Amino acid sequence: MRPFTYTGTTNRNEALKAFTTTSHYLSGGTNLVDLMKEHVEQPDQLIHVKNLQYNGISKNKDGSYTIGAMRSNADTANHKDIRLYYPLLSMAMLSAATAQIRNMATNGGNLLQRTRCPYFFETSMPCNKREPESGCGALNGVNDQHAIFGYSDNCIATHPSDMCVALAAIGATVEVQKVDGGSRKIDLEDFHRLPGDKPEKDSNLEPGELITHIHLAKPELSNHYAYVKIRERSSYAFALVSVAAGFQIEDEKISKIGLAMGGVAHKPWKLIEAEEFLLGKKPIESNFGKAAELAMKDAKPFEGNRYKVPMGKNAIVRALMQANNIGE
Amino acid sequence: MNEKIKKNSFLTNQIQVSLKINAKNRSLTLDSRTSLLDALREHLELNGTKKGCDHGQCGACTVIMNGKRQLSCLTLAATCEGANVLTIEGLAKKDKMHPMQGAFVKHDGFQCGYCTPGQICSAVALLQEAKDGDASYVTADVRNISKELKLSEEEIRERLSGNICRCGAYNNIVQAFKEVHSADDEMPTWKFATKMQMKSAKRK
Repeated sequence: MRPFTYTGTTNRNEALKAFTTTSHYLSGGTNLVDLMKEHVEQPDQLIHVKNLQYNGISKNKDGSYTIGAMRSNADTANHKDIRLYYPLLSMAMLSAATAQIRNMATNGGNLLQRTRCPYFFETSMPCNKREPESGCGALNGVNDQHAIFGYSDNCIATHPSDMCVALAAIGATVEVQKVDGGSRKIDLEDFHRLPGDKPEKDSNLEPGELITHIHLAKPELSNHYAYVKIRERSSYAFALVSVAAGFQIEDEKISKIGLAMGGVAHKPWKLIEAEEFLLGKKPIESNFGKAAELAMKDAKPFEGNRYKVPMGKNAIVRALMQANNIGE
Repeated sequence: MNEKIKKNSFLTNQIQVSLKINAKNRSLTLDSRTSLLDALREHLELNGTKKGCDHGQCGACTVIMNGKRQLSCLTLAATCEGANVLTIEGLAKKDKMHPMQGAFVKHDGFQCGYCTPGQICSAVALLQEAKDGDASYVTADVRNISKELKLSEEEIRERLSGNICRCGAYNNIVQAFKEVHSADDEMPTWKFATKMQMKSAKRK
């Protein structure tokens, strides 16, 4: 690991002031410290922000909730109100990594975790995300874990987070503190980026901006929910494909719905066409199947990941069926 | 060694950290890159905590920090100011093993033993998580909230999945955990296949 200076603080302004373009904020460290060991990340300074006071979970006037960026994933997923009103988020967060890692990892850090593309980790290989203009090793290489939607010739990596897939289904806004002292809110859909010609940029955060809160949309998808995560072993692995599904039923028809996929794109992949199709329809398997066809119709797989198309369809149907039957 | 570094202060990236480990106050002067794992093993002669992968993929380095199980390999020692750390060395009371240590011995919850300190720290923390009513990915419905959970075998396996055992002692680890968790020391629920089952499982 390359040497760095360490700045620990419990004061937000101190943290922002300490920031330089070669610094990194450090929260749980479960991804960043590993990447530093691999020489993928080589900051000159780490600014420890986990002890800043952004660790609450609070209810807003309109019934929605705000979760602190420095709260651990484990504490968030097990918070009573999150379990009751955002069970989809809770379930997705609990599917990620392991108990040890969820105790360390924070909500803000989860938003910013980097791809697990093996070419990104292996510094002897080309990777435009790690080293711009060095090429993409995965494009014509081993690409069984890679994207089937929204990629470019520069990068076909996927976003690894489970939490973000649930957030995309539920709807969320990320609040960040700017270096000049102001703050701004970014819709989750605009937070992560598609790779385009700048795959080195995972998100639309400006340098030095610090995530402080995640504002969740009103809890309107808590009656029927499921997070289905398909992986190479039954626990402690990243998703090959995952599906977050939440909906409400009124008069035997779907009245509200949120659907998103993980493991298929450079960002959480919201299934807008499938959502629109299912609104007002009966929650039955044939409708779920049609929605899954719609969701996957524009998939463009590579040689190694063709399996993701049928797997994705099946996972969507399974998630919707599981959500429909929950609690019965 | 530490005194010399303090005096000369030649490391531009040196940090100082004071924390409690196994109920003892310790103060260290370290290179900022030092993980909690290396601080324990290389600076405090606490070699019980093991370095498996050093990348957060195996769980051998699991310790209990402020009551929660964490990976010491991905924790920078610098971030542990004021922390209360419990390692495998701190579980026994004098000559009396922690019940989880005793159960691992009784049920043969290991073969080579390298993952065992991490397995046991993880299992001890899980006892508390079950008491607190924490959910897991295999919990049937996270909206059902209660305390003092009695974990099924499926739940135990999911919740201990962060500790890899390459000898494959999982069945016995689960039995050891069950004994302490729910006083269930019956034989495992799995059985060897019968001759008939073996025959019918063969490819035709």
